[in-house]
Amino acid sequence: MREEETLAIIYLDNAATSWPKAPGVSAAMVRFLEEVGANPGRSGHRLSIEAGRIVDDAREALAQLFRAPDPLRVIFTANATEALNLALQGLLRPGDHVVTSSVEHNSVMRPLRALESTGVALTVVPCAPDGTLDPARLEAAIGPTTRLIGITHASNVVGTLLPVAEAGRIARRRDLLLLVDAAADAGAFPIDVVEEQIDLLAFTGHKSLYGPMGTGGLVIGDRVDPARLRPLKWGGTGSRSDREEQPAFLPDCYESGTLNAVGLAGLAASVRWLLERGVEAIRERQVELVQHLIDGLSSIEGVTVHGTCDARRQVAPVSFTLRGISPSDAALRLDEEHGVLCRVGLHCAPAAHRTIGTFPAGTIRFAAGTFNTEAEIDAAIAAVAALVPPAGGEVTS
Amino acid sequence: MSETQAVILFHASAHALRAEKVLQRAGVSCKLIPVPRHLSSDCGVCLRLARSDAETARVTLEATGVEIAGMHDA
Repeated sequence: MREEETLAIIYLDNAATSWPKAPGVSAAMVRFLEEVGANPGRSGHRLSIEAGRIVDDAREALAQLFRAPDPLRVIFTANATEALNLALQGLLRPGDHVVTSSVEHNSVMRPLRALESTGVALTVVPCAPDGTLDPARLEAAIGPTTRLIGITHASNVVGTLLPVAEAGRIARRRDLLLLVDAAADAGAFPIDVVEEQIDLLAFTGHKSLYGPMGTGGLVIGDRVDPARLRPLKWGGTGSRSDREEQPAFLPDCYESGTLNAVGLAGLAASVRWLLERGVEAIRERQVELVQHLIDGLSSIEGVTVHGTCDARRQVAPVSFTLRGISPSDAALRLDEEHGVLCRVGLHCAPAAHRTIGTFPAGTIRFAAGTFNTEAEIDAAIAAVAALVPPAGGEVTS
Repeated sequence: MSETQAVILFHASAHALRAEKVLQRAGVSCKLIPVPRHLSSDCGVCLRLARSDAETARVTLEATGVEIAGMHDA
């Protein structure tokens, strides 16, 4: 038997996708496939209605989670990337100006760069090397044609939380819309779209919501006029089937094509589980695990932890670099010799790595989930300590 | 269908499903059925309920923001 097969796995790649998933997710998906199976919102028979109820249950649970007043303004997409593209491509027109941060994931940066080539003006406001963003700098970037502030809720590289509530106040004061990419922490950190004045909230189901891949969505606030938010795709909705034009009402205008109902069955189960457990309790647990991880890694000679190093100011991703060993070599050894699974490199966020000073080599990223234990974190810290060559010793990378 | 029943039409199935949940929580008994052809050519579902509950249903749905596309005797 090969060595890696005998090692217990320590999964610390929860920022790429969480694993394991919440209790009840698999069962809900199996039940959907074996007992429901029909297309939601298309036919009038009992199984189609039951499928529709499951989708509605997911909508309602997510509205509750994000404190959105109207579940019908929760739009389902395949992932956060699709939701962000819907918001950015749907709102921005040539001549519009948009303000973003320098720690964005490519799911925000690439659509913005593509829009830039069509005549949309873009300002990337620099964050500090620890990933923090000064709201005053954000406001200073606003000009007469600014239409939107689009920022991440937390960095997917260093976990640093951005000043979303402040951005919300600025957006209201300057009569702009605020788009927030919550892919990194929706479910792990309390989000209130009304309190934080978030007009558009993009989320994914498969990370901190502990649901399946292929689920995500966009929460659309009441300051967003659907007539001014162009759909990303057009097609069958099960409604107004006598007409060849797209219906104008929510959620159908943005939900063309059959939804991933089996995935949404799983997501409904995971969000109900989160609501039962309480996001505040999940967050407290995260703060403990993340601080434990940061402190342990920081205590190793030759390890540099990036970001604020303060769990209260960040979410799960902890990025670090090692003296004398490249991130990719470290990842292979962590996997093969210690069973520690993580993600290294640039994490689809080159701007964030330029900001923290780790471009192009990247970092090693450990992201604990709510099912990781202190013992696992301790074992991962010990595994990292075993990798670092002694000071002045031979460089192995 | 009997003369003592009414149907509520919605723009979308998502709205009808929302309405079902909202009404049941408010204690109004209702059932999702395919939209009768003579009322609409749509392929979705509508809600059937007792005509005596129709006004309560209308007020309840209005208060929760679920838009009604039409109300008819069944």
